[in-house]
Amino acid sequence: MELDSLYQEVILEHYKRPQNKGLLPNQTVQVHHVNTSCGDEITLNLKLTDGVISEISWDGVGCSISQASTSVVSELLKGKSSEAALSVIDTFQAMLQSKGNDQGDESILEDGVAFAGVAKFPARVKCALLGWMATKDAISQSQALTGNNATKEQR
Amino acid sequence: MSQFDVSAVQADFPILKRPIRGNNRLVYLDSGATSQKPISVLDAEREFYTKHNAAAHRGAHQLAEEATELFEAARGKVAAFIGAKVDEVVFTKSATESINLVAYSFGNAEPGSKFHIKAGDRIVVSEMEHHANLIPWQELAKRTGAELVWLSVTDEGRLDLSNAESIINTKTKVVALTHQSNVLGTINPINEIAKFARKAGAYFVLDACQSVPHYAVDVKTLDVDFIAFSGHKMLGPTGVGVLWGKQELLDEMPPFLTGGSMIETVTMQSATYLPAPKRFEAGVPNMAQAVGLGAAIDYLNRIGLEKIHQHEVELTKACIERLSQIPQLKIVGPTNMELRGGVVSFTIDGVHPHDLGQALDQYGIAVRTGHHCAWPLMKKFKVVATTRASFYLYNDLADVEALVTGVERARDYFLGR
Repeated sequence: MELDSLYQEVILEHYKRPQNKGLLPNQTVQVHHVNTSCGDEITLNLKLTDGVISEISWDGVGCSISQASTSVVSELLKGKSSEAALSVIDTFQAMLQSKGNDQGDESILEDGVAFAGVAKFPARVKCALLGWMATKDAISQSQALTGNNATKEQR
Repeated sequence: MSQFDVSAVQADFPILKRPIRGNNRLVYLDSGATSQKPISVLDAEREFYTKHNAAAHRGAHQLAEEATELFEAARGKVAAFIGAKVDEVVFTKSATESINLVAYSFGNAEPGSKFHIKAGDRIVVSEMEHHANLIPWQELAKRTGAELVWLSVTDEGRLDLSNAESIINTKTKVVALTHQSNVLGTINPINEIAKFARKAGAYFVLDACQSVPHYAVDVKTLDVDFIAFSGHKMLGPTGVGVLWGKQELLDEMPPFLTGGSMIETVTMQSATYLPAPKRFEAGVPNMAQAVGLGAAIDYLNRIGLEKIHQHEVELTKACIERLSQIPQLKIVGPTNMELRGGVVSFTIDGVHPHDLGQALDQYGIAVRTGHHCAWPLMKKFKVVATTRASFYLYNDLADVEALVTGVERARDYFLGR
């Protein structure tokens, strides 16, 4: 059935048992993103330590797609350098904007490939991207905040 | 039991015959957002373009004459439909523009004008307003320094009028309310509230988007100063809305959009303006859309608004009854049919409206999910979003059954796994 191509088991699993949900303190930055078309919102804390994402935690309300997707991204990008993380986000975004032509590279996106089916439902692409765009925003802001210092220290 | 031959009505709406999401029958339950259009409306628009197209109110040729006549005849139909004088009907592009017209016109009024709004004045809205009847007033309050105050909504989904008299006090210049909530289905007791507005000396602006298409609204018995509604929610085309205002007010109000068509005389430095409605219709008007709206009104009149309303009451009653039997489901809004229209919003524990709407879509059922452009109301009911079914004359009990079955299937899909 069509619905199953959208609601993969992996997605419903993450929806029922979201990872990293519940905000942790001592973040580098906090961002708040809203899906204006449906009212879903998330708050995401990101901690960058020496250019590496050491923590992502989040809280929010939304549909299964947006909640599961945020859970996946929070798990996937932990421990990655901010540059590597941004590249993974781009890969995910490209898959979702492919109208279903890009099934996603599991070696890069891991559980994220479960969202490949969402690309065929234009109204839901924003749901799947909510957490990822929030993370991207948080990484960029963290880089701007710590970037110069971090680079100096490394040198 | 039906008030009229619903299957004959359905046959007039070509879109209802198209298969949807595979080979499903289209169950269209989103008329609160926009209605479908009967073939007679589509034909009227097409005929305007194929036979009479020219810029109304200008040009000395036959086409211009015919275009003008058809455009003005459409105005006449709208006026008769709401019991208004012809010159009290202003064509806009949407109900949103109609409300902005009033807000900006008031904002443009000079000190000394009875429409002038200043710091210390009050604008009263309610917690159940669509953003279209909230944001223009927020902005007007911001520009003028006036205070924006609102009537709250009870847990049952009715306006709380217990403190209405103190909220609509003598400082109040505008009361802007919806006739029927697009989320809750609640019909507000307008004349009761109008008493407070009259006492305060305030102008009463009514958002009639959800009422005019569904039951008789007569501006002679409704004690308000302005009403706004849109054509596309009442079988008409998109791109045409209506502002009705009392003649003596419209004629004195400063213009909103300025340009051609609305002027009396023009020099390089100044201009004088025509009386209403032309004063508010700058530019070449939306003639084909107005003509289409006229055809929509003919269609509604042929069936009869009273019968349409009764039909929708029956469907809504059945819908509420059937949905209430689903244990996880909660209806957001009044559950009795007293002062209530054909809009049913609900939530299901554990299933987000967006997911529910997605599943329903797979079964061919079109509903609205989300905040319905009424974010403050969502916050009031502590929900992120709801699922909304809204009915019109072409819906029938089979649609209600399809919805209920669809909701149960969707619930099992998400909660059963």
